[in-house]
Order: sequence, then C-alpha cells, then structure tokens
Amino acid sequence: MFSTVLFFIFAAVLVCAALGVILARNPVHCALLLVLCFFNSAIIWLMLDAEFLGIVLVLVYVGAVMVLFLFVVMMLDIDTEKFRKELAGYWPLTLAVAGFVVFAIMNVIVVRHLGGADLKSAPGLPDHYSNTRVLGTALFTRYAYPAQLAAIILLVASVAAIILTLRRRKGGKPQDVAQQVAVRAKDRVRIVKMASEKAP
Amino acid sequence: MITLTDVLALSGILFAIAVAGVFLNRKNIIVLLMCIELMLLAVNFNFVAFSRFLGDISGQIFVFFILTVAAAEAAIGLAILVVLFRERRSIDVEDLDSLQG
Repeated sequence: MFSTVLFFIFAAVLVCAALGVILARNPVHCALLLVLCFFNSAIIWLMLDAEFLGIVLVLVYVGAVMVLFLFVVMMLDIDTEKFRKELAGYWPLTLAVAGFVVFAIMNVIVVRHLGGADLKSAPGLPDHYSNTRVLGTALFTRYAYPAQLAAIILLVASVAAIILTLRRRKGGKPQDVAQQVAVRAKDRVRIVKMASEKAP
Repeated sequence: MITLTDVLALSGILFAIAVAGVFLNRKNIIVLLMCIELMLLAVNFNFVAFSRFLGDISGQIFVFFILTVAAAEAAIGLAILVVLFRERRSIDVEDLDSLQG
C-alpha cells in the first residue's frame, strides 16, 4: 500500500516535470526539469526492482547527457520567445495529437487489459536476488555480441562528435607529420669544409 | 503493490507529453532533442515494467542498449547543433533549407 502511494507521488512529480520541460520558456529550465524527470524515473525503476538501470540512468543521463545539454544551451544564445509566438496557433493540433496518443494507449491497457494477458502481480524474487548479477550474466553471455556492438557505437559517436566540432584556426601552425617523417638529414644540414684559421 | 497498468499508463502519458513537446517546440532544435530523450524514457519505462512483470531480464538488457544509443545520439546531435549554430547563428529549423535546391 505504502509503495503504491509512493509510486503515485513520484509519478505525479514526473508528469509535472515533463510538462515543465515542454512548456518552460528558458531552455536552461527545460534542461533542469528534464534532470528532475530522470531522477523520478530512476526512483520508479528502483521500485520496479531494476536497481542497476536506475543507477545507470542517474549516472549516464544526469551525470553526462544533461550536463552536455546544459553546456550547449549556455554556449548558444537563443531567443525562445520568438519561437513561441510563431507556434501559438498549433495548440489545438498539439492537444488533439497528444490526446489521441493517450487514448490509444489507454484503450489497449485499460479497456482491453493488454489482450487478456494475466499480468496482475509481479512474480516474487528469490532470496539474495541481485539485479546487477542477473543483468551482467545475461549481458556477457547471451548478449555478448550486442554488447560489443554497443561499444563500437559509442566509439563511433565519440569520434564523430570530436571530428564534427573540431575547428582549425586560421594562421595556426599545425605539424605536417608526413613531411616531418620524410625529412632526411642531407636536406637540412650542410657540412662545409674549411681550413682552420689562426688567431691574429 | 505497483500494477503493470499503472506503469504503462504513466509511460503512455509521458510519451504523449513528449509528442506534444515536439509540436510546441517545433522550431527550437535543442528542446526537440530533449523531447526525444523524454520519448526514449517513456519507452524504457515499458521495457522495465514488462521485464519485471514477465520475469524476463531481456527487457532490461534492451533498456541498457537504448540508453547507449540515446547517449550516442545526444552527443552527435549536440555536436551537429554546435556546428550549425557556428555556421548560421540560428537554430531555427526553418533556416535549414539549403538542401532544398
């Protein structure tokens, strides 16, 4: 009972924060409210016994992705007020589409009860259940190749992000490595033979 | 006890809010990217809930991969955004029409 009340409190905060993300005028507020969303989601995932993913969500999203968002928001100087005014006429369409999405999903899960699937209560977990151990076992046995694929995706993403934002300054003095390696001593040093001179 | 219906309803509402956000912030790419993150979060809710209620860990593995791809997507998306702002001094989607011919 207590966990149900907690779930609804966190769900309410989550929905309010999500509404704030899409309605806030200042992009910094959007980013901070999105951080609140991720924290609440992590708590709800913890209540669903997905401890590892809850912590990963906080570490990766709040710790890395949202900080990246905040950095970019602060680097760019954007006038959001102008955007909002131009899009004010889209409210009816927005409400219609969002209402349709909610209606379609609620129709499946509340009216049709997921096609009659019997998923009322979660199966009990064994004693000494470790979510991290179970997840790690599955990840490094059945899903070993997808895990390596994910690693390659991360590598490609980091290389792509660096290459995209790399800026070569004009008038800089970069090294041409090929030219440096190709240099021979005789190109640079000239040995001159001359007679020694006597001191006057 | 939390029921599956509660979590799925929450996830549906979250997804609908994110869709509404895409419509309302159609011109501001950075808020669009945040709305996409919200959508992915809603989808992850479904995976976590079904993984718990079906007693199958594969759903959580999928969430793991979705988080990976979402992080990569955010990094590349923001990099493109920074380059775009450097070139155009604007992140309005309407200004990005140079491929239109």
